[in-house]
Amino acid sequence: MSTFVDTAPAPPRHARTTAAKRRQYAAAYTLVLPFFVIFLAMVILPLFYAGYLSFFKKQLIGGTSFAGFDNYARAVTDPLFLTAIGRMGIFLVVQVPIMLALALFFALALDSGMMKLAKFSRLAIFVPYAVPGVVATLMWGYLYGPDFGPFAQISEALGLPPPPFLTQTGMLFSIMNIVNWEFIGYNMIIIYAALRSIPSELYEAARVDGASEPRIAWSIKIPAVRAALLLTVIFSVIGTFQLFNEPQLMRTLAPTVIGTAYTPNLYAYNISFVNQDANYAAALAFLLGIVIMIVSYIVQLSAQRRERRS
Amino acid sequence: MSATPFTRRKFLISTAAAASSTWFLAACGGSEEESPGPAAQSASAVPQSDIDKALDTETTLTFWTWVPDIQKEVKLFTTKYPKMKVNVVNVGNGAPHYQKMRTAIQSGQGAPDVAQVEFQYINSFTLGEGNLLDLTPYVPARLKDSYPEWVWSQVNTNGGLWGIPQDTGPMGLLYRDDLLKGAGLEAPKTYDDFAAAAETYHSKNPKSYLVNVAPNEPGQMVAYLWQAGVRPFTFDGKQTVKVDLANEEAKRVVKFWGDLVTNGVASNDPDFNDSWYQGLANGKWATLPIAAWGPVFLQGTAGKTSGKWRAADLPQWDASKVVSSNWGGSTDAVLKSSKNQIAAAQLAWYINTNKESALKLANEQFLFPAMKEILTDPSFVNQESKFYGGQKVNEKFAQISETVTPDFAWLPFMDFVYTNFTETLGKAFANKTDAVAGLQAWQDASAKYAKDQGFTVS
Repeated sequence: MSTFVDTAPAPPRHARTTAAKRRQYAAAYTLVLPFFVIFLAMVILPLFYAGYLSFFKKQLIGGTSFAGFDNYARAVTDPLFLTAIGRMGIFLVVQVPIMLALALFFALALDSGMMKLAKFSRLAIFVPYAVPGVVATLMWGYLYGPDFGPFAQISEALGLPPPPFLTQTGMLFSIMNIVNWEFIGYNMIIIYAALRSIPSELYEAARVDGASEPRIAWSIKIPAVRAALLLTVIFSVIGTFQLFNEPQLMRTLAPTVIGTAYTPNLYAYNISFVNQDANYAAALAFLLGIVIMIVSYIVQLSAQRRERRS
Repeated sequence: MSATPFTRRKFLISTAAAASSTWFLAACGGSEEESPGPAAQSASAVPQSDIDKALDTETTLTFWTWVPDIQKEVKLFTTKYPKMKVNVVNVGNGAPHYQKMRTAIQSGQGAPDVAQVEFQYINSFTLGEGNLLDLTPYVPARLKDSYPEWVWSQVNTNGGLWGIPQDTGPMGLLYRDDLLKGAGLEAPKTYDDFAAAAETYHSKNPKSYLVNVAPNEPGQMVAYLWQAGVRPFTFDGKQTVKVDLANEEAKRVVKFWGDLVTNGVASNDPDFNDSWYQGLANGKWATLPIAAWGPVFLQGTAGKTSGKWRAADLPQWDASKVVSSNWGGSTDAVLKSSKNQIAAAQLAWYINTNKESALKLANEQFLFPAMKEILTDPSFVNQESKFYGGQKVNEKFAQISETVTPDFAWLPFMDFVYTNFTETLGKAFANKTDAVAGLQAWQDASAKYAKDQGFTVS
């Protein structure tokens, strides 16, 4: 009911806009202006420039020429690019559910109020997010090390071969692990904040009805934080397809496992700065953006459909 | 042209006192028969009066380099020419440095006057209309004689002098005296000995190896090819390149290293990462084929192995003639876009050829020198290094520098070729597959890139 009241069509009022109101508008626009100036200069303009670049072809010999959609046609048939997108698809399907399930679990555990040291635990789970990704990757790189890393040394002491963290098969999972470690805390905080905003009367009513804590979590808490969960899923989709720091740094440890096209972003970067082909890189970046939009839209759509069904 | 030597002489006497007077003597003592390079014929020298005037005008130069503490040498220049002001900027080490240079050049502003450029990247900046200034008219006509032939052939290409050599990296073999002795071995003199030693060493020390073949180190592999006489690249300065990585000689070299790896007697670890540093310190490898900048680097990385290392020549393909190659090394180049070309050229020239400055670079910053005069200077060659059991390592590498073969040319897109190595030949080393097939893949990818970029591939 309340939503209806909020969005009810207001009577035409602009004719009677008072001077005070106008001043308020002016103040509001002045306040958001700095943001928009920077947003325009640092995001919108480069975006348009990149879009413009993507329609040209520049060779070291022969210079620049108009290429139409050639770069895009090349990208959608580029096995390296497609493999990279596919790899991120696997990453998305495997890593994101694990990360979000754990984040949700920790958020529920903290919210249940049954934990001792709740504040400390909350901070401890969140701290990895505060560690810069670069540092985190360097740290994990050491832990994964096949010669002198602690895991390798333990398995050596047990007479086993070193764990295959940095091999062709193990690498993707090693990176998933780093990303999990980094982002569980971040997602947990989002979900936890949503949990805190659920009115406690609902819990009381459920308890009066004899619901157990797990039952409350399943039937009240999780449905109530669905919007927050959707948000974390979409953030994760975007983050996954843009994966860059972790593979870029792991590359020094396993340069032949992580090629120049391990992730789509890494590929675009290398095309631009190693192959000196900013035009093709721009086309790749745009296609990547489109892929992210499509996947995010699918996620949102399926969530809405489920909502409508329930 | 006939007036040039005179101007040069005047120039050196009047401006570049200490360093160049020895250069002058050396130049006079040098043989007369060699003809001046094509560049010397095409470019006429800048008159001394113009140089003096430029150096006596208030000027601010921007100098991009990642050499630590180069302010020391720049200060010698600014002390001598008080009207010069130099902003030294470190915009990144290696790749990011070049990326920023290219971006600045493309945008038409913000590019430095003087920039560090490694030998193998010079051509990528002389490409097309060219972004580097031909320094021939700005330096003494006989500067050539100050350097070993191979050094000069790195900077004087396609009719121009594109940078003043700053440091070089002649290839030698560092080895663990104690470990080799422990296995009953000596430093291998030939590659046959080397292969046999690799086998013996590994059979006696199953957990360690004679050598590592890094699957991510194109510079090292190219140095091996260079030593074997392979000249895989040419560039005519315009639009024709030769990419000939998979020739018979190169196949032989690559097969040699590939066999060591597939036979399990050489490791295939990526280098220059923590694991590799730890391996060096922990005796995972008994030898390290590396450039002249290696000894100081190793000292800093594997401090606890002090006294156990020695330096020697690389193993040889032909024992009767000791030859070596180069890995790394830099120049200071002047950008064409500089508004103060004369002053910029003088800065690049002065800090790298003035004796006091060049000795500082060698003895304080440990850059392995390019100039003959420094390579023979007692204060440089007579240093005994504790880390190498008291051996005169500088002297050893100075000798090696004389054995480096000249005329190794580079493609104008070595970034791609080097990066692609890791995906092709390097991958073969990493996966212990056929190295010769990997070499062919490297060749094919490099040639394809050249064609895609509009080069004529011969």
